[in-house]
Amino acid sequence: MIDLREVTKKYPVRGGERTVLDRITFRIERGEKIGFLGRNGAGKSTLIRLIGGAEAPTSGEIIRGMSLSWPLAFGGAFQGQLTGLDNLKFICRVYGKSIEDKIPFVEDFSELGRYFKEPVGTYSSGMMARLAFAISMAVEFDCYLIDEVMTVGDRRFSEKCHEELMVKRSDRSLIVVSHHEDQIRNTCTHLGVLVQGVLHRFNDLDEGYEFYHRHASE
Amino acid sequence: MTMISKTTPPPAACSLMESFRIQCRVIWALMMREMITMFGRHGLGFAWIFVMPMVLTAGITLAWSLRGISEGGADIPIAAFALTGYSTLILYRNMPSTAAGAVKMNVSLLYHRHVRVLDLFLARIILQISAITFSMVTLTIIFSWVGLMPPPIDPLLALKGWMATACFGIGLGFFIGSLATKHEWVDHVWHPFSYILGGIAGAALLMQSVPPKVRNMLLWFPIVHGAECLRDGYFGDKFTPYYDLSYEYLASIVLLFLGLLQIRTIRGYTETYH
Repeated sequence: MIDLREVTKKYPVRGGERTVLDRITFRIERGEKIGFLGRNGAGKSTLIRLIGGAEAPTSGEIIRGMSLSWPLAFGGAFQGQLTGLDNLKFICRVYGKSIEDKIPFVEDFSELGRYFKEPVGTYSSGMMARLAFAISMAVEFDCYLIDEVMTVGDRRFSEKCHEELMVKRSDRSLIVVSHHEDQIRNTCTHLGVLVQGVLHRFNDLDEGYEFYHRHASE
Repeated sequence: MTMISKTTPPPAACSLMESFRIQCRVIWALMMREMITMFGRHGLGFAWIFVMPMVLTAGITLAWSLRGISEGGADIPIAAFALTGYSTLILYRNMPSTAAGAVKMNVSLLYHRHVRVLDLFLARIILQISAITFSMVTLTIIFSWVGLMPPPIDPLLALKGWMATACFGIGLGFFIGSLATKHEWVDHVWHPFSYILGGIAGAALLMQSVPPKVRNMLLWFPIVHGAECLRDGYFGDKFTPYYDLSYEYLASIVLLFLGLLQIRTIRGYTETYH
């Protein structure tokens, strides 16, 4: 499980502080799949980074009772001068996993071709997302944090991702941020709607979406 | 399709030992990562990390030998004098710059929970110290072997001086590196300053060859002590050394402490980049 208790995040802005997340408390059990909704700037990505531990909350507590991926987003997590392969090696070392047996899968799944051995800085954001997805599948986590990257690539690639994540790893937890309603409906069983820093949780997707549309202008 | 159920067992309560193990793993991963970009993956590759300080030190040593700097007595072996001086200089001078670039070059790796700013600093500093130490030892062996200088008379004493300088380098790296991460001008100011410092304090000077008044002033610079001790171990029979290593260690600890305080605030600072 992952347990968030009264998690608050404030950022310094000119002339004071802005509260992005306001005393968020919720729990994700093993195998639960939750989608976060919210307008741009509502704090969805911030929440995912906090859960992943890339940032620390201003106050409150996050208890991680299972292994979590880093936030799979379009940016971040890779060092630009390193090749895709080097980054794979780095990440395996950091998470204490063997390297050699992961290379064929990542090379094949990411469909990077010769770019696999070129610096990540030369990748398009789609290529970076495919690499992130492939490495996170190879390293294996209990819970995947996915920030918009599932919409990457063509249909065939989306289907491959779906197969790896939703079919082969259906026992894992998912935390997904996406603006695509279809995708959330295809992957998630619960919704969290962020409105003005407060998280509203819904176990019924229709109810959640109805609430989200009603408050979309706030 | 079969289900993959190769998940990790739930992590046990994160004990101190477990944290230490993770941190070692992360620092190792970062060192491997730094070696790739610092010197490229072609040709000599990461061998450059040893070759570069060696070439520089050897060059300086030869130049000084040719010029025949006489440091207050014909007895002083020039090669040993230059080798100890220049190695000491780079052992502390390289640390702030290497630490200052740590966050900038690796900010995206902080996305991985276990990777912290402290690890970025440590990986780079450990790598530098290892490289410079390797270069120093190799050159000592080569120079002694070809007869350019007598072998160190007391290697253990030399090691003590070397370690004091390395500790000061760590402290300085953390202090200036963390400040420079937040304020870029610090690094620009440090660079010229470090050369002046190297000139007056230790690298090109023996404390016995300056008047007592000046000496007492120079001994306020912590690096002088490590350098004098190192030289005491190399050719202490040829001059009168002046040093107190506890003073240099104290200065190192103060700098390290101030640097660590700064580092605590850096994670929050990098967040504004995302």
